[in-house]
Order: sequence, then structure tokens, then C-alpha cells
Amino acid sequence: MEEKYSDIEQAILSEYKYGFVTDIEADEAPKGLDENTIRFISAKKNEPEWMLQYRLKAYHQWLKMEEPSWANVKYDPIDYQDIIYYSAPKQKKKLNSLDEIDPELRRTFEKLGISLDEQKRLSGVAVDAVIDSVSIATTFKAQLAEQGIIFCSMSEAIQEHPDLIKKYLGSVVPVTDNYFAALNAAVFSDGSFVYIPKGVRCPMELSTYFRINAENTGQFERTLIVADEHSYVSYLEGCTAPMRDENQLHAAVVELVAHDHAEIKYSTVQNWYPGDKDGKGGIYNFVTKRGICQGSHSKISWTQVETGSSITWKYPSVILKGDYSVGEFYSVAVTNNHQQADTGTKMQHIGKHTRSRIVSKGISAGFSNNSYRGLVHMSKNAANARNYSQCDSLLIGDKCGAHTFPYIEAKNNTSVVEHEATTSKVGEDQIFYCNQRGIDTETAVALIINGFAKEVMNQLPMEFAIEAQKLLAISLEGSVG
Amino acid sequence: MSTVDYYIEQLNTIQAAKQDSPLAPVRKSALDTFTNMGFPTSRNEEWKYTRIGSIFKKEFRLQNEDITSFNQSSIDAVRLPGHENANELVFVNGRYSEEFSKIISEEIVVTSLEAAASGEYADIVNTHFNSSSKYLKDGINALNAAYAQGVFIYVPKAKAVANPVYIYNIVDAVADAVCALPRCLVYVSEAAEVSFVETYATLGASESITNQVTEIVVAENANVSYCKIQNDNSNASQVSTTHIHQVGKSYAETVTISLDGGIVRNNLNIVMGAAHSEAHMYGLYFQNGESHIDNHTIVDNVMPHCQSNELYKGILNDRSTGVFNGRIYVRQDAQKTNAFQSNKNILLGENATVNTQPQLEIFADDVKCSHGCTVGSLDEEGIFYLQSRGIPKEVAMSLLLQGFALDILEKIKIEHIRTYVQELIAARLTTQI
Amino acid sequence: MLRIENLQAGIEEKQILKGINLDIKPGEVHAIMGPNGSGKSTLASVLAGRQDYEVTGGSVTFEGKDLLELSPEERAGEGVFLSFQYPVEIPGLSTTNFIKTAVNEVRKYRGQEQLDAVSFLKLMKEKMVLMEMDQAMLSRSLNEGFSGGEKKRNEIFQMAMLQPKLAILDETDSGLDIDAIRIVANGVNKLRNENNAVLVITHYQRLLDYLVPDFVHVLYKGRIVKSGTKELALELEKKGYDFIKNEIGVEEDV
Repeated sequence: MEEKYSDIEQAILSEYKYGFVTDIEADEAPKGLDENTIRFISAKKNEPEWMLQYRLKAYHQWLKMEEPSWANVKYDPIDYQDIIYYSAPKQKKKLNSLDEIDPELRRTFEKLGISLDEQKRLSGVAVDAVIDSVSIATTFKAQLAEQGIIFCSMSEAIQEHPDLIKKYLGSVVPVTDNYFAALNAAVFSDGSFVYIPKGVRCPMELSTYFRINAENTGQFERTLIVADEHSYVSYLEGCTAPMRDENQLHAAVVELVAHDHAEIKYSTVQNWYPGDKDGKGGIYNFVTKRGICQGSHSKISWTQVETGSSITWKYPSVILKGDYSVGEFYSVAVTNNHQQADTGTKMQHIGKHTRSRIVSKGISAGFSNNSYRGLVHMSKNAANARNYSQCDSLLIGDKCGAHTFPYIEAKNNTSVVEHEATTSKVGEDQIFYCNQRGIDTETAVALIINGFAKEVMNQLPMEFAIEAQKLLAISLEGSVG
Repeated sequence: MSTVDYYIEQLNTIQAAKQDSPLAPVRKSALDTFTNMGFPTSRNEEWKYTRIGSIFKKEFRLQNEDITSFNQSSIDAVRLPGHENANELVFVNGRYSEEFSKIISEEIVVTSLEAAASGEYADIVNTHFNSSSKYLKDGINALNAAYAQGVFIYVPKAKAVANPVYIYNIVDAVADAVCALPRCLVYVSEAAEVSFVETYATLGASESITNQVTEIVVAENANVSYCKIQNDNSNASQVSTTHIHQVGKSYAETVTISLDGGIVRNNLNIVMGAAHSEAHMYGLYFQNGESHIDNHTIVDNVMPHCQSNELYKGILNDRSTGVFNGRIYVRQDAQKTNAFQSNKNILLGENATVNTQPQLEIFADDVKCSHGCTVGSLDEEGIFYLQSRGIPKEVAMSLLLQGFALDILEKIKIEHIRTYVQELIAARLTTQI
Repeated sequence: MLRIENLQAGIEEKQILKGINLDIKPGEVHAIMGPNGSGKSTLASVLAGRQDYEVTGGSVTFEGKDLLELSPEERAGEGVFLSFQYPVEIPGLSTTNFIKTAVNEVRKYRGQEQLDAVSFLKLMKEKMVLMEMDQAMLSRSLNEGFSGGEKKRNEIFQMAMLQPKLAILDETDSGLDIDAIRIVANGVNKLRNENNAVLVITHYQRLLDYLVPDFVHVLYKGRIVKSGTKELALELEKKGYDFIKNEIGVEEDV
């Protein structure tokens, strides 16, 4: 087997194809973080006083907190004073239409396969494009507004919809939640805001595309989605970054709120720069994502395909507060070379008859470590709640690690929790079977891995599924051996 | 912190009297560890759900003199069935009692650790004594090692010991609150065969804590079976550590039965340090009242081609709490490992709690590992099925629970003990469900 | 023996049975047929006392007693037997121990003496011969790892041991091949006499070839919409359930 594999290794040289740098003039804050940095960011964005106060409160909270160390990841200490907390591409102050976007920026997104031109864009997807710290364009806004849907940048929402922001910002992930969430609340620069009014089914996929471009910057975006009673929205998130030798920090916060009978589907294809073959460079992806099923019969579903970042620390969670609410977490995490991922979910069952489902597929290759960490909590009142978790790991090579750390806490004797996990490798007999049918080993491995991840991939909207499938294959190129 | 100082003081006195012992350096270093670490808090991941510090807030006495208050009738009251044909080792307040112990199998050697460390078994003791501390890096394990007054049991080459070895850990808490720190090191030589039953009993109504460590080394082609039975009173807490190291290709099997007690924490480690070894770990916990049971197990697959299989089942009644934390390591060289683990829980009581963490840490690719766990109530459909055949609900529940427990109880090899445990469980089912 | 009057029942606020009327006399075999979702299994569950179902109206009298007031085990004691569509697997509980417990509990309920081990074994041997049961099956855990056919034979064997007055066979033919159906039906036929009755619930006619009904009722959307003799079953088989819909002109649900 050894020899057959090494052919493939030589045949494929994996490269991160989004690693280019665009030469865009940027408007930056000086390096480092203190109260002045926060006042600078807030002033830049012309924020109201209450927002500045919110940020300062978060900053002081952050100063009191310690960076978490419990995750199964190792990295050199981060110097929080060596990061630029605000960077915006320079462009004309106010855009009258999308046509006025800096052509260089437009080309950047086109290179990423994202057109900001509404006509050219695949029908049915509205895009909010965020570069470094700010949102530069949101498409299809007018059409969505006709149905009362708000889809705009967070900066705009703070100006235009202060009541909604005051009500919901920090309501799911409070500033005190964790170290990175507090940092984000203090310095977040932009992100997307979505509000779906009562009874409205959002007619198109909403999508945000994040791009880190500038050097030495951290990206701290904030996303908030509120689905009012009986509404539905499907939201997609994609991200890339240039190849750089130093590590860059990404600490985002995503909050979802689903009211009675509302449904939010949130899909992520995370493809931040993972660092090079020797583990140099890459993004530290420390993200807090949480949704609350506030109302009865509401539903929140997270789907993630994690292929990028040098370190991933991320646990998209659902608080199942409303009776009969449903939480789902579908994840494929691929680590190769020296990547480290510690990812999973938390399902907090509070309401009666709440249900959750966790499907996690981890694929480790190279020298990487891939951990699933998940909590299922059945509170005293969660009568008849159900959870089912399935966590599978696949190892390619004997220098990598796969870890499974589920936490199950049950305090209700009518609840049922089931957890299963397996670890296996791509079977030689499976490969042989494919070979015998005329399929070469490389394709066979790709087929088997896609089969392994299929249950999760099926959850992705069509446009993303194809991209994600390609990503899986690219991420693992050169790993079979 | 003051209680930590209190224990340090007692240990200093105990150690001072044994400065010349070959075990003194290990004891001293363990005392340093204990001094540095103290008792674990719930911030320590391994002790997240078991607040052992709350027990040790109290000042328990460590036994440093010979026991005088104890007599034959005290031991007779706690002997296990089948003792007529068993070797019996008795520890009282953590100290081995030659007077009440009896060794009927001529082939086995039982001596104090002290003596073993300086005699013909010195190499074995030096190599293996306190190897559990590599896996249990906390003040609790160090506390026992700092005391280390236990015995060494040697099973010579190719001897199949026909009579089981019963180990009684007795605490005499009639007069005051006692912390007992019993310890055994067992060496099972090549192709030898032996089975152990370890149990616990507390006399008197004072609070007590037993912090016991048994380390078992299993050589090539040897076969060890180990059964632990915990059915002590609710004032009696314990941390019970069993550390099995398979140094040669061998077979090990454990059954842990936990019925009553205060806070009970079991650490079971199996280090599969030789290729083609096999290990089976079974556990049953059936708790009621306010009792708390915590089973932490580690299977460390160091060498290739090993097989391990673990099944723990729990029934939690009333306000009891069950914790299960099972960790399987598969090291880089441990290719072709097959490791399975399962934890199944039934929450009977409305106020009962289960926290379970089955964990896998895999560093080799050609392995088959899986774990699973379930938490639920008794199967309603099963109860209805039995009811529809005319069986009253309580009887139906009892039958289902007996069925649930059966595949663990079946694994108890010694018939007297199996019947004894079955009866304990049947009695509990008829009186408490 | 059994009188069902205007029985209405449902699950979680959903009304399934919307007024069932049925009279069963000793010695009779009744068949209830109907398409999926018509309420057949709900009726069986309600008669046996499954907790999930809520009775919202009507009455069920069994030998003069209000059946709905009784717990499932009391109904069994009275002589109601349900052969489950999906017999439950209970690991660790041996089939023999289970049946012995059931027989003695039912005897206790009926004020009869407990069977000692010897007489129980004698009774079991006798019924095993009658039902052509395999000894090996009885020493295994209850239904665990049994094939579909074995499970159903085990159900009928339990029926033989408990000697009920009314046996309700809930889709006993589902998942069985034709040989297995014949074995099961023959088992039931051997147990029939003028003092007991059988209620067969089935989707298909084929079981009724071997277990010939005196009456056939068609259940549709929670009501018995047509009753007849065994010919009705044959007609249903030939024409399908659509013909009933057309004939009675029930309005389709939207």
C-alpha cells in the first residue's frame, strides 16, 4: 500500500488557491488595544453613545478574563498588542450604487468566485461582502426590503435599526460569555444583520463572504440573525484569507434568535488560510456561535464544513428553550499538515419535548489533530427531550490524531440521550474494491471520504455543496501516504 | 488549605519513623506532590463532577499505631461468601493486619511492601511501585503513596492459584473519623493465574474515607481476574484505584459493582503494554438515596494488536448521581488495536443525574475503536409489553432492571460472589422500586 | 363478551378513532381490515391499555366490566391478550422466566394457585408440542435476535400459555412469508374454542385464508364504514380500498 500511495503524493501538490494578496489601500487603526482603540473604532463608524458604552463595558470585562486553555490545541501566546484591530479598504465615503465599488475590490471578489453584480450572481443568493473589518457591499437589499426583510451590514443596522440591535445584540452571547466573545464585543468592526419579519419565508439564500486582506490585522466580525414568529431563513457564510507567514486572529461572534415556529439554517464553509506544509502561518479561528430557540416549535440548524485555519476553536451551539424546539449540528472538519481543530457543539435542553441531533465527521491527515468536543445537557425541566449524537473519525496516516470528548449531563429521567462514536481508517479492502472496478486510488480515497462526509454535505444548500466537496478533496491532497 | 496542612503534618510524623526504608524517597516525593497540589477542585477536568475536596474538608485521622479495638467478630461480620476457600487479606484503617489475614494457597507470597522493597523482589517493587501516578496526577493519588504501608503479593511463574484472594479494606470509624490509605502491589508472573475480590466495610457511624490503591502487574501469558464490590454505608466515602499494567501478552478482566456508599470514585487504568494483550472491563452501579458514584477508566493501548472491551451499566434512583468517564488512548505504535467501550444508564429517580464522558484519543490509523453511551428511563414499551401479559408494573420494572444488570453480573467468575451480588440486587429491586 | 360503543381516542391531541362500534361474542372470529393510517393499530392499543393513547369518548365493556378502567395487567388478568405487531426485545430477561412470571401473575389475579416449577414446566412442554416450539428459543433472552417469524410464534405461544378469552392479533402477518403465516394461523386455530374469541387486525386478506373470520369490518378514517362476512375480505383484496372510498363517498381530507 505504501508505494501506491506515494505516487499520489508526488502527483499532487496541494496549494491554497485563495492565498493571493490584493493591493488595496487601507484605513487602519494603530496596532494595539486600549480604550482609545475602541473609541477610535466607534468614532470611525460614527456610532451612538450606547454602542460605545457597550464596547467599553466588554473591554473592561475582557481585561478581567483569562484566555481559555482547556481546548486540545497548542499555540504560542498571542500578543494582543501586536494586532491591528481596525482596517478598512479606502473607498469613496458613500456609495450610491454597487457600481461605485473600487474596481480592485470587485476583482478580488470575482477572483474568489463571488460576483457583487446582482445580474451576474446566481439567482437566489444575496451577498454581504466583508473585507478585513468592514462590509463593502450587500446585494439584493431592495428586493428583500419589499418583504420587510432587513439584510445589511452591522454598522448600518446600528444606525438604522438601533431598537433591534439594542434588544438582541449580546442577548445570546453576552459579553461575559468567554474571553474571545468579550474581545469581539469590544472591537467588532462589522458583520451582517438579518431580520426576518413574522410569517415571512426568505425567498433567497442570504450569504456573507469574509475576506481578511490586510497584514497584521485581526478580524472581528459580528453576525446577528433574528427570525420572528413563523419565519424561515437560510444563511451561508464563506471565508478566505491570503497566505502569510504570521498567524492572524479571527474572533467572530454569531448570534441567532428563533421565535415561535421560526427556522434558521446556518451553513458555513470555513476556508481560512491553514498555514503551510510546515505549520507556518495560518488563521487562528476562535469563534463563538450560538443560537437560541426562543419560541416553541422553533428550529436552528448549524452545518459547517471546516477545512481551513491553522487552529479552529469553535462550538456552534443551540439553547433549546422553547418547548418542542429542535437543534441540529452537522459538521465535517478536515485537518491536514499541522492544523489543529477543536470543534463541536453544545445542545442545552431546557424546554419540554426538545430534540437535538449531532452528526460530526472528523478527518485527520498529516501531522494534524482533530478533536470533537460536545456537550449535551438535559436540564431538570426538559421532559421528554431527546438527543442523538454520532461522531465519526477517519485517520489518514499514523502521525495525526483524532480525539472525541463528549460531555453528557442528564438531570431528567424522561429524557433520552444516545451517543455513538467510531474511529476507522480508509479501508484497504474498500480501496481495492474501487481499484478492481477501474478507479484509481486517489479517486477512490476521494470517493470514500465524500461518502464518509455525505450525511453532512447533504445538509448544505446546493451552491455550497459542490464548493465544499471540492474543498474536501483539495484539503486532503497529498495527505494519502 | 488548613486541612491539607493537617494531613501533611500527620504524614511527616509517619514518614519520620521510616527514614531508612527503601520506599522513603518515593514517599517523600509523593508528599511533595501532595503538598503542591492539595486536593483536586472541580476546576480539574478529572474531578469536574466529583467534589472530593468537600469530603477532605474534614480532618480525618491517619492510622499510625497498631489497631487494638478490633477483634475476630468484627471481621467475621464483613466476610464475603466463599471465604472458607479463599485467601483473605485484611486491612484495617489502611494498615495490613497479619493477625486477621489468612493465606491458604502455599504458592503465593504475601509480604509487606517495606520488606519486598529490600529483598528479592526489590527490582519488581522499584520498577512498578507507584506507576499509577503516571496516569493519576493529583493530590489524592499522592496522598496514598506518601503513606504507602501496604503489602506486596507475588504469584510465581506458571502457578494457577485455585483459591481466590479476598482483600478486605476495613475502616474502624467507631471512635472517630478515619482516613484509610491501603495499598497493594501485585505481581503475577509468567503463565500464572489468579483472581481477586476486593471489598470495603466501615464499622461505626463516624465519617470515613478510604483512599486505596491496588497496582497489578501482569506478565507474559498470565491471567488475572479482579472483582470489586462496594456496598458500604452512606458515611463511608472512597477513592478506589486499580491500576493494571500488562507487561507481557496477557489477559485481564475486571468487574466493578458499586451499590452503596457516600461519594465513591473509582479509577481503573489498564495499560496494555504488550502486543496481543486482551482486557475486559465491566461495571454495574445501582445507586439510591443521595449517593454519588464516579467511574473513571483509562485504557492505554501502547502496543499493537491489543483488544479491549468495556461495558459499564448504571441505574440511578432517588437523588443519586452517576458519573462515567472512560478514556481510550491508542498510541502511535498501537496499530491494529480493537477497542470498544459502552456506557448505558437508566435514570429511575426524578431527581437522579448522570454525567457521562466516553472519550477517544487516537494516534494510530489502522485501528477499530468505538464508544457509545445512552441515558434514558426504563423502556416504556417493554413495561407495557410485560403488563399486557398480566405482570404488574413494579414486577415488570424489576424484571427489566434485572435483565439490564444480567450481562454484567454474569461476568463475575466466582460463583459464591456472583450469587451474593445477584441477591443484593434482587433484594434492592424488591424493596426499593 | 366485548362491546365497544362509540369509542373515540387519539394521541397527542390528534383524534384517530372517531366512534367505533363493535360486538364480539364467544366463539367468534372478527377481522378488522383497512388501509394504513385508518386506526387499526390504535384500536388494538386502546383495547390493551397502552398509555400513549387517550380515550376521549365512548365505552368498552368486557364481560360486563368497564375495560377502560383497568390497568394493562388487569386486562390481561381478565383475559385480554394482544399479540404485538412489534414484539419488544428485552435483553437479559429469559423467555421462560418471563412467561413463568406472567402465568403466575395472571393466576394470582384470577385467584388461582401459583404453579410450582414442575407443573409450569409440564404445562410449557405440553404447549410447546402443540405450537411446535423449539426449546432453544425459550432459553434465549425475550425476543432478542429473534427473526420476524420467531417473534410472532413466540407471541402465539404466550397466548397458548395464558389462555385468554379474547385474543387481539395486531398485524400478526406483517413481515412474514406465507409458510410462517400458516404456522402462526394454525397455532391460533388450535387454541380456538366456543368460549374464546379472536379479533384479527390485518391489512391483507391472506392471513384470513387460514384464519377464517365470521365477520369482516372495514375501518376507514377512524370509523367502521362497512361490515360483512368473509366475502367482504375477498372483495377488498380484488378491488382495493378505493372501492370502499367510492362506495361510501367519504370526503377526502385536504
